[in-house]
Amino acid sequence: MLRNLILLPFLNFVRSSIEICVLAFKAIVSIFEPPLNFRRIISHLYLDGIKSIPVIFLMSVFTGGVLAMQSYFGLQRFGAEVFTGSLVGVSLTKELIPVLTGLMLAGRVSASYSAEIGTMVVTTMVVTEQVDALFTFGINPVKYLVSPRVTALLIMCPLLTLFGDFMAIMGGRLVAALVVNQNPNLFDSQLFVALEIWDVLSGMVKAISFGLTVAVIGSYFGLKTEGGAKGVGRATTTAVVVASVIILISDFFWSKILPFSLR
Amino acid sequence: MIQIKDLYKSFAQKKVLDGLNLDIEPGQITTIIGGSGSGKSVLFKHIIGLLKPDSGSILIDDEDITTLGEKDLYRIVDKFGMVFQSGALFDSLTVGENVAFGIKKNKKMAAAAISENIALSLNQVGLPDIAHLMPSELSGGMKKRVAIARAIAKKPQIIMFDEPTTGLDPIMADIINELIIKVSDDKEIISIVITHDMVSAYKISAKIAVLYDGKIIEIGVPDEIRNTGNAMVRQFIEGKADGPMKIR
Repeated sequence: MLRNLILLPFLNFVRSSIEICVLAFKAIVSIFEPPLNFRRIISHLYLDGIKSIPVIFLMSVFTGGVLAMQSYFGLQRFGAEVFTGSLVGVSLTKELIPVLTGLMLAGRVSASYSAEIGTMVVTTMVVTEQVDALFTFGINPVKYLVSPRVTALLIMCPLLTLFGDFMAIMGGRLVAALVVNQNPNLFDSQLFVALEIWDVLSGMVKAISFGLTVAVIGSYFGLKTEGGAKGVGRATTTAVVVASVIILISDFFWSKILPFSLR
Repeated sequence: MIQIKDLYKSFAQKKVLDGLNLDIEPGQITTIIGGSGSGKSVLFKHIIGLLKPDSGSILIDDEDITTLGEKDLYRIVDKFGMVFQSGALFDSLTVGENVAFGIKKNKKMAAAAISENIALSLNQVGLPDIAHLMPSELSGGMKKRVAIARAIAKKPQIIMFDEPTTGLDPIMADIINELIIKVSDDKEIISIVITHDMVSAYKISAKIAVLYDGKIIEIGVPDEIRNTGNAMVRQFIEGKADGPMKIR
């Protein structure tokens, strides 16, 4: 009873954690081994990065807008509404946009990675044999399937975060001007007084780790898929949940570790 | 030459290969037959180095592949051309790109030479002019033939066919059989076919090895197998439900 309830799930957790770390390590090492899969990387840059722009745009503009509005009314209670631009700028670039971008990609990309790889795996042995076939051509399957995805997200996640930072600040500025009638010049001046380059950089460092998380977790659960169509659904859900939880937990530790994050 | 010596492999408590011995010579087609669960696929994966045995050795040109590191193993694997049961064509690549896959990876060739090689390989399997198609546009038989074209394009020293005729109609199965005979017609090439299709085995093989319970229980030329006195082999080749073979 105790064994089934505690010991086995714990051992499974430890085993999966080790496997995920090994997969991440192998995928990163494989990136630098020739040949570079430019075509596959470019394809993932487009499918997983460029095509995520609309959703990141919407998420960022509305998050910036709502944060500006809530911050204004909150600060107004203390007569500090002039600092809306500062609060919005720092909290968006350091925390909200990197984390929300990571979560959006976990939902959109991690799910698609696990489903893409998973669907192929469970369709009898087709992909298992494709993976074996790669081996017989002297190609490491991790390099072929996982590394291009990792590379694409290591590049796109920070870039999408930077794009999101900008759009969110624009959204906040727009709401500050149109909804709460704050002078845009005041918003801008307070934004630039408080916001430092390190705030943006710390968000991008986090974004790199979130990109890695999304790609590795999605690929891992895709490769581990079993049990037919039901298994694909389960793998997809698990990938999204696990990637999201890791992003939220690692965000806390990044905030503690990064020297400029707590300033 | 491939020499398999005392090969043992278990998964959890289940013994799959149980002291298997087999010598496979070049210049002829060796067919390994056996029922479902007899260990055919596990043996196949051992021969190409995808699985490591618990004990025993697999010598390819006197080099034991069971002890090789990843880099050396890839060097040996480069000698293989594989035709998988499903064809295992890469879904995201065209037929031409699939055929070119092994050439591009392993040989430094000019683009024109690669194109020529693709055309030649596809011609050999009787499928010219389909290089632009995607695997999803092909029938089962065409997929198998493209897989054969991909395997021979690499000019391998060893060609392995896993259940090449499974799921095909008798005419297409015969076309595949003829192709296997054609591409194996070289004194230097080692051809291994894994199947449970007796019509195919009798037609293409120079030697048939019968795998049962993780061991080779009989080996011989097709006529020897056809006229065997071994009751288990008889049961299998005659396709009878009743007999000494334990059916899983």
